[in-house]
Amino acid sequence: MSAERETEEKKKFTTISIPTPLFEKIKERIKGTGFTSVSSYVTYVLRELLAEKEEEEEPFTKEDEERIKARLRALGYID
Amino acid sequence: MPRPHGGKLIERILKGKERERVLQEIGEIERIDVDKGIAADIENITKGVYSPLEGFMTREELETVLHFKRLPNDLPWTLPILLGLPEDKGQCLKEGDDLALFYKNSPLALLHIDEIYSFDKEEIAKYTFGTTDEAHPGVARVYKMSGSFVAGKIDLVEEPKGPYDRYKLSPKETRYLFRQKGWKTVVGFQTRNPPHLGHEYLQKTALTFLDGVFINPVIGTKKRGDFKDEVILEAYEVLIEKYYLKNHAVLAIVPYEMKYAGPREAVHHAIMRKNFGCTHFIVGRDHAGVGNYYKPYAAQEIFEEFPDLGIAPLFFKTFFYCRKCGGITHEKACPHGEEYRLKFSGTRIRELIRRGELPPKELMRPEIAEIIMKNPHPFVE
Repeated sequence: MSAERETEEKKKFTTISIPTPLFEKIKERIKGTGFTSVSSYVTYVLRELLAEKEEEEEPFTKEDEERIKARLRALGYID
Repeated sequence: MPRPHGGKLIERILKGKERERVLQEIGEIERIDVDKGIAADIENITKGVYSPLEGFMTREELETVLHFKRLPNDLPWTLPILLGLPEDKGQCLKEGDDLALFYKNSPLALLHIDEIYSFDKEEIAKYTFGTTDEAHPGVARVYKMSGSFVAGKIDLVEEPKGPYDRYKLSPKETRYLFRQKGWKTVVGFQTRNPPHLGHEYLQKTALTFLDGVFINPVIGTKKRGDFKDEVILEAYEVLIEKYYLKNHAVLAIVPYEMKYAGPREAVHHAIMRKNFGCTHFIVGRDHAGVGNYYKPYAAQEIFEEFPDLGIAPLFFKTFFYCRKCGGITHEKACPHGEEYRLKFSGTRIRELIRRGELPPKELMRPEIAEIIMKNPHPFVE
């Protein structure tokens, strides 16, 4: 990997602080799992936590709804 | 129903006066002609199947997708979506220009150029397909490109017409349809084959705990020996009519060219179905694989990397017919030996059909077999 690329790659990560005992606990926890580092485990858990939950569907505009309904009806998908 | 990938369903289809204006001017804009696969990508971007993408990828997007399997904003995304520039076009285009994209000599879309860049094709191949072997069809396709790419948002000008348009629904339409049917949970099923009983049991097993099945054949460039699209669609029409509850199955196609990127493509297929409104997606053994490039269950294992995908993959054991059980079962349920098992092998079914023999009713519904057999040329030649 070129030096320039390496710098670019590094820019895509940042450092956060967690308590050392927690770090040690995670280090123990990931032994024998697919996680290669505490960072990869923490990233995984945070992504899971932040993942979108089921939310309200974006509403259709009246115009959209009419157009969609007409097409679905014409194609036989709805009565 | 899940929110679209990235939170917003993309729709970039020109309408009304704006479309008319573009159609009048498009003949004077620099143009490139795209093939069927790229035309399908364009349709999928502009209709939201690839949400949140609004166009072809920039260098930064390509790099993060290759190296991290994510877009620059950390959203899972595993396949590069690229528009290669022909060798002779690089010099006459610059950022800020518009580029007309034509398909079959007709205007298809307008691209607003954000970036023109070069990228190492071998690197694209290595990360996307896990190989640089030119015998891999996806690698060969990358190597055919010039190595120069153009990125930018696109607007659909004219929807490509095809013989199966009556089966083509956009994510906006499927989301509306699923809601009308009262489905809260929907499983997406991708296919390139007429259904055998193994497929049917897979879908119906999912239906035991989900509200609806979205059967979504991909329509695109085919390999010699593949089943023809009309055979697949007619077979599914009949299967649904005779063997499914009308309110629990929807059949619609998606234009798409298989990349054969195995695990990465399996995730991409799941994202596409999330955008259609599916909550679950069936991932098969060696999903989107070709030859022996991927481990049989690699396409299932990769999902462990994406706790934030927003669609649940479903992994099933392989179904088979057991003569001793007297029905379709699987290895976690059947105690009998291999000698009693009749496996659902697509290759075997194709061989029987080629020889003019009806596949046994334990493998395929007679109605489906008849549809295939009555077609004098059911396979792509």
